[in-house]
Amino acid sequence: MHPVILLDSVSKIYRSGDVEVHAVRNVSLQVQPGEFIAIMGSSGSGKSTMMNTLGCLDRPTLGRYLLDGVDISGLDRDQLADLRNQKIGFIFQGFNLLSRTTALENVELPMMYGKHRLSAKEQRERALWALDLVGLSKRTDHTPNQLSGGQQQRVAIARSLVNNPALLLADEPTGNLDSRTSVEIMDAFQTLNDKGITIAMVTHEPDIARYTKRNVVMRDGVIVSDILVADRSNAKNEMRRLDEEQRAAKLVK
Amino acid sequence: MKLSATLFIAVRALLRNKMRSILTMLGIIIGVGAVIAMVGIGNGAKARVEAQIATLGKNMILIFAGSSTSSGAKGGLGAAGTMKIPDAFSILREVPGVTMVSPEVRAGAQVAAGNQNWSTLVLGESEDYFEMRQWDIVDGAAFSDQDVRSANKVAVIGSTVAHQIYGDNDPVGQIIRVRNIPFVITGLLKPKGNSLGGADQDDVLIIPYTTAMKRLTGATILRGINAQAADDADITLLQEQISALLRQRHNIQPGHEDDFTVRSQQDIAEMATAQSRTMMYLLIAVAIVSLVVGGIGIMNIMLVSVTERTREIGIRMAVGAHGWDILLQFLIEAVTLSSIGGLVGIGIGFGTTQIISRMAGWPTNVPPVYVIGSFAFSAAVGVFFGLYPAKKAAALDPIDALRYE
Repeated sequence: MHPVILLDSVSKIYRSGDVEVHAVRNVSLQVQPGEFIAIMGSSGSGKSTMMNTLGCLDRPTLGRYLLDGVDISGLDRDQLADLRNQKIGFIFQGFNLLSRTTALENVELPMMYGKHRLSAKEQRERALWALDLVGLSKRTDHTPNQLSGGQQQRVAIARSLVNNPALLLADEPTGNLDSRTSVEIMDAFQTLNDKGITIAMVTHEPDIARYTKRNVVMRDGVIVSDILVADRSNAKNEMRRLDEEQRAAKLVK
Repeated sequence: MKLSATLFIAVRALLRNKMRSILTMLGIIIGVGAVIAMVGIGNGAKARVEAQIATLGKNMILIFAGSSTSSGAKGGLGAAGTMKIPDAFSILREVPGVTMVSPEVRAGAQVAAGNQNWSTLVLGESEDYFEMRQWDIVDGAAFSDQDVRSANKVAVIGSTVAHQIYGDNDPVGQIIRVRNIPFVITGLLKPKGNSLGGADQDDVLIIPYTTAMKRLTGATILRGINAQAADDADITLLQEQISALLRQRHNIQPGHEDDFTVRSQQDIAEMATAQSRTMMYLLIAVAIVSLVVGGIGIMNIMLVSVTERTREIGIRMAVGAHGWDILLQFLIEAVTLSSIGGLVGIGIGFGTTQIISRMAGWPTNVPPVYVIGSFAFSAAVGVFFGLYPAKKAAALDPIDALRYE
């Protein structure tokens, strides 16, 4: 079995005028199927560049990136788009759902650009399946502005799942959410990961990173630590604890 | 991505900004509407002109005394005083291809019968005039060549005069007084309607030209000559031969102008349509300007739309849209905009045509080729002006587009 992510001495250099900015320097990383990793770091650490590279939105300047065994260095814009469509599910901080478009249609979106055309009925069935997976089967006709932040993010997760990708790539998925909803989203990720889905998540919040299995910390474009999470948080337990706390607070009142 | 899905997205995007979409379409609507209305009205007017030209008769060549090219204070057509009866018969005799002639005399006169009277045009013509102009006599008969030779006081009455003097009664056989001279009515003409100039052609009393000269004008001068060419004759050649003959008969030296004017039915038709053609070109110019301005409006709104939806473009690209998908999406949106504008314009153009034709009493006719053509042109405007914004959208970098606020 080949790794889902294989970064081999990857560097990304931006040129702005005469100044060269080394956003990522000679990074090597392997992520195996079934892993759940958090890429952490403060702003300017190179984690956004890592995210764009892992998401095939950008190609490395130097080094090789194999996504699910496919070397992306020789691919053009459209081939990268196809690869993203088939192998990656994106989840963004700002949800990035199409406004005034129902949850169902948002989830169907990746299938519309797929190489293998599904019939409208099949698309709908798959989208409903994905929405059911994130517990939103009763909200399929709602548009993003009729949904809470947590629900919107779960629509985004459903959208990311719909093409059966090799990798879920989440960029600060809880950045716009309150702490209780953040735990809910992490629960969704843990549930999916338990089903064998590989997830890479960029975050700067250590609390959130503790729900993952492995933390990669970046600073100044290099990986400074890569550790397995020892006492991993369990989102279901955490939610139970939060609910109890809330009940207790009500009793005190 | 499927074309139908792209079309659906485009229509929905347009529906989200209904007012904006309608305003953007306006230029195209006006442009296409102008084209359709212009074609409809122009064709209606042309058909009317053609019908009126046809009422002149068949293969008619009209020879007027007096020159049409001369300037200054001349008396106008028919006033030169040089056209005589022998001119008419020499044309019939000497120009092969001329089958009939009718010397023409005109006078305005008060006509009366019983206690009714009416002011009308009295035409002096030959007995062949009715056949030349294909003017049927619905009741009674035309006057004969004998009547012309003898300058008999007989008349064929136009339907308007008949109605004014006799109402619904039969005028044939009645006596009508022209300038107090009694004439016997031998026939009633079939109504012909208005002439090109708008005059009522049925407001007329036709008598032998000999009688008209003797009883009404008291002169031997003709106003003109009506001639009919054979069906297979070269009308232009006949016109030249008639001109040459008349110049010779009137002793006109080379370099001097004609004292007559020869016009064929065709010439008259062309003169009448030339005006409407100029008008048509002007309207086509207006329509093209309007369509181009409309196209620029579409381009402008599409550029705004691309900017507004940068994030959407980013999302679509992130989940796998090719540049081509994005290009097609915006292009189809622009074409949808311009095509709907075109359809609405066609509808409005038809409506305008109907209203104007009903008011003016014209027939209307918009050939399908103009409908298809203007629709295709409006779609092409969408493609042309939508391409730049669509290309701009397709060339966006997904990373930048996703971050766009």
